[in-house]
Amino acid sequence: MKERLIEKGLLIVALSALGSLLLIAVFIFAEGMPLIVKTGFKEFIASTRWAPTKGSFGILPMIIGSLQVTLLSLILGGSLGLACTMFLAEFAPRWAVRILKPLIELLAGIPSVVYGFIGVVVLVPWIRNTFGGPGFSILAASIILGIMILPTVIAISLDALNTVPLTYKEGSLALGATRWQTLYRLLFPAARSGIIASLILAMGRAIGETMAVIMVAGNALLISASPLAPVRTLTSNIALEMGYAAGDHQRALFATGVVLFIIIAILNTIALLTMRKKR
Amino acid sequence: MISRPLITQRLTWLILALLTFFTLSILFFILGYITARGARVITPEFLFSLPERMGKEGGILPMIVATLYIAILALVVATPLGVGTAVYLSEYTRESFLTRIIRFGADALAGVPSIIFGLFGFILFVIRLRMGWSILAGSLTLAVMILPTIIRTSEEAIRAIPDQLREVSYSLGGTKSQTITRVVLPNALPGIVTGVILGLGRCVAETAAVIFTAGSSLRIPKSVLEPGRTMAVHFYILAREGLSMERAYGSAFLLILSILFINALAYILLFRFTRRLR
Repeated sequence: MKERLIEKGLLIVALSALGSLLLIAVFIFAEGMPLIVKTGFKEFIASTRWAPTKGSFGILPMIIGSLQVTLLSLILGGSLGLACTMFLAEFAPRWAVRILKPLIELLAGIPSVVYGFIGVVVLVPWIRNTFGGPGFSILAASIILGIMILPTVIAISLDALNTVPLTYKEGSLALGATRWQTLYRLLFPAARSGIIASLILAMGRAIGETMAVIMVAGNALLISASPLAPVRTLTSNIALEMGYAAGDHQRALFATGVVLFIIIAILNTIALLTMRKKR
Repeated sequence: MISRPLITQRLTWLILALLTFFTLSILFFILGYITARGARVITPEFLFSLPERMGKEGGILPMIVATLYIAILALVVATPLGVGTAVYLSEYTRESFLTRIIRFGADALAGVPSIIFGLFGFILFVIRLRMGWSILAGSLTLAVMILPTIIRTSEEAIRAIPDQLREVSYSLGGTKSQTITRVVLPNALPGIVTGVILGLGRCVAETAAVIFTAGSSLRIPKSVLEPGRTMAVHFYILAREGLSMERAYGSAFLLILSILFINALAYILLFRFTRRLR
């Protein structure tokens, strides 16, 4: 009797994470959806005019900004991350892996405000002096984000490579293939879904990051193809204006949150499904 | 003569080693840069006095108090929920639709960006539940945020306990709950503590989710219903408003130092735990 009660109690506790997720969705949507409906969904995501105090709510520049920053950071961080993964998985001696892995995990522990600060005091002046422009730019944000997503890319893709059965590798090496041939012809294709999942999750991280991006991206409301142009992302838009927004303006920030939430939900679901298929 | 594939192999080794070295040098550059400029700011006076002129001068005592207050309260709320979930998933059920849904919830929650947690905490705790900007609202928001970390690490720790230990308990007449509280949990404790410490690290590092829920008051919070400014938030405000570069480096160094300490502690605990089970 008592045992059953404990089990029921634990089930309720176990639903806490799922419950919180639903609660988050409900509250963000309840606060943001009315404004999206009022403005018109198409107008909200396709208009370039954001003048929240004058009743214009168009977030296209932020959507494009978020995508630019995310894709560039994925190119930079993804390739560097996968290079590290390959080195750790196949080339580094065991003792080195034991030291390197916690160091790379440490990158995940560094607060995002510290990344942003380093961006402001080191990276932004460097970009300004080397390439010109204001320095606060898509490029600055992408480099900082590229570093911030490294731990995600490395941890998950390394896991994926390590779950490839050892017999595959032994077979290939026994046939006379070099370690590199084995890695890129056999292990990589075999671990493909995990590696893709690591990149998608990293993309979710990049698009959701706020503080570091605010500090280095310049936050200007414009659409530009130049990586040296300043840019405002969805997340920065929320954080920059939350401090003083009220009424419809505040609801518009929640509506920005709704769009962000939907993008993240799609990305994470794809990533989780790709990983699950593998098991 | 060396064959072509072997040359490629050695070349890739070199390139990948260099890139890995480059990644590490980014880490050491950040740590070194902050340490070189921030370490000398840290004096007992800086740590234990009140800020003056919005943080331009004086110390950061209120931020240290607020950070500890918020982080500890968040852990107090999240730990029982996280460990309970882990116990349920690993001891009470087989893989089923229900466990898949629960795991999906935890995994998806882990992917939610911190700014969304900030919006959520603001509207639910600060506004609807009328907590105002407060330590309580901030820590409840963080508790939700770190829940997935605690669930995942605890579940791994609990699953790592060999079944023989459970069987011994049952054969001695122990009930399921006795087995869990007296055999499984004590043995999994170091692993669980690792998860809690990692959660602590995320609380200390977080800015976006706390700034809109706990506020940015410069006073020492006296109760959980008062607002407070965490170290990360303080550092953000100092850096962003250009109040004092010197103080900003000092706070950054303190943040980095706490994170280093927290990560080292978690790693040592986990290392001991996995070695003992082997």
